[in-house]
Amino acid sequence: MSSLLNSTVAELSAALAARKISSVELTRACLERIARLNGDLNAFISTDEERETSLTAARRADERRARGDAGPLTGIPIAHKDILCTREFRTTCGSRMLEKYRSPYDAHVVRELERAGAVVTGKTNMDEFAMGSSSESSHFGPVRNPWAKGRVPGGSSGGSAAAVAARMVPAATGTDTGGSIRQPAALSGICGLKPTYGTVSRYGLVAFASSLDQAGPLAKSVADLALLMNAMAGFDERDSTSLEREKEDYSRLLNSQKIQGLRIGAPDQYLGEGIQPGVRKAVEEALRWFTEQGATRVNVELPHLPLGVAVYYVIAPAEASSNLSRFDGVRYGHRAGEYSDLIDMYERTRAEGFGAEVKRRILMGTYVLSHGYYDAYYLQAQRVRRLIVRDFQSAFERCDVILGPVAPTTAFEIGVQVDDPVTMYLGDVFTVPGSLAGLPGLSIPCGFDGSGLPVGLQLTGTYFSEAKLLGAAHRYQEATDWHLRVPTETPL
Amino acid sequence: MSLSDDQIRRLARLARLALQPGETAEVGSRLNRILELVGQIQAVNTAGIEPMSHALDVVQRLRPDEVTEADRREAYQSVAPAVEEGLFLVPKVIE
Repeated sequence: MSSLLNSTVAELSAALAARKISSVELTRACLERIARLNGDLNAFISTDEERETSLTAARRADERRARGDAGPLTGIPIAHKDILCTREFRTTCGSRMLEKYRSPYDAHVVRELERAGAVVTGKTNMDEFAMGSSSESSHFGPVRNPWAKGRVPGGSSGGSAAAVAARMVPAATGTDTGGSIRQPAALSGICGLKPTYGTVSRYGLVAFASSLDQAGPLAKSVADLALLMNAMAGFDERDSTSLEREKEDYSRLLNSQKIQGLRIGAPDQYLGEGIQPGVRKAVEEALRWFTEQGATRVNVELPHLPLGVAVYYVIAPAEASSNLSRFDGVRYGHRAGEYSDLIDMYERTRAEGFGAEVKRRILMGTYVLSHGYYDAYYLQAQRVRRLIVRDFQSAFERCDVILGPVAPTTAFEIGVQVDDPVTMYLGDVFTVPGSLAGLPGLSIPCGFDGSGLPVGLQLTGTYFSEAKLLGAAHRYQEATDWHLRVPTETPL
Repeated sequence: MSLSDDQIRRLARLARLALQPGETAEVGSRLNRILELVGQIQAVNTAGIEPMSHALDVVQRLRPDEVTEADRREAYQSVAPAVEEGLFLVPKVIE
């Protein structure tokens, strides 16, 4: 049973295809592991306690296999971040505002994975409305890191990352606005991919910052990420920013991508000040592995990169303040119990329904969009956003991949940064620039610091270079075993 | 640039967020620290740079103005806090 839980999606898929296991057995094993560990980790907000939904889906998947109508994900148990709308489970966004919300429809990603035959085991915990980098701002309490339960798993997709790391499910979905897939993958010692903006439909993804939000997969190996992407990505006319492109096979370069001749840009500021020594060492060693395999390190400069955090924390709150205006206690979600009139109802509903970080971002967004400050903050941030995009564009004329850390630190202790938004925001320094530019970013484990906490390596590529990033990372994962380590505090 | 208590109260009103009496100062001090951080962008020379409102410079797709969704009013209203005869209920706004 333990080897089953420790298997990758690709291995499980092969075992299902060979009829060595059934999806019902596999799903039951995952549900038991979830039931055993979730009290401790708080990775899930909603689980399938009755086991009816998941086991019915698993039975259907086994029938599909028997009919010869199965794909690689048919019968594979997964979990969805609780920001993706599902009819089967409530969709809370980690917020009191949506504590009881049951969506009348499925998100595009949810539907596509269902069509592929994946079995949903539950909905994972997250920072409230995906606003955070630690999964502590959830109304349902903080998620704990399987490598050190006193520490955060990263965020905002921290529940998905912890669930995969703790071997509760072999894969999960996440969403990334400024690093919310990549950073929790790094802090939890697993793999995560933020696709090119527009690649995965946002239909049914509760909006935080619409010009940045992208859904993507989290799993133990990059080969698994490719399998999930093959189901998740693709044009959807219900998302006005979905890109009309042909379906692509994200696995196509897994066995053919060459490291020889790959031009790697590793900007100095990615390996300089403010980075924990253990993080720098692991990332430098990974860089050395790539150059030893024949990759060339080329000099690239991204002069506006240090402004990424400042730009992001204008643009994302601005979009959030607009998107979250829909939560008014009229059409869905929480409504205050007592109020004197309509305005009072709105104000109390929102004061009760939102937590501190969400309120801060709404207020900040309202400020930067308000009369007299719009030009100085919002428009200026949008201009600097273009400068950052241009930096990347000129960098990608000289290199194929930009390599660096995902985050400047490993997992930090629960509670220490929760009241210090500025410190928390600065931790996003390496992930927000790629988000602002809409670029794909891959996070893979590349070692451990002196305390045994995982370090994540980030590979950023130009638009639509996911298959290349996955291929290069797959070479690395064939030669290393960082991604196969089982978290010390959740042994099998 | 620093926000006064009055400005915080005004923003809260614009954002339709009720702040508790004691909350204003605390919210203000955190917002002011965030403003200090994001204020860095004001020193950047952006003369002649077009604002970028989107991650990619692509034109938004248009579709014919046709009804594509089925009527699912009941399903959508089933999650509303207060509904009567197909209408969302709110406190009386006209005397």
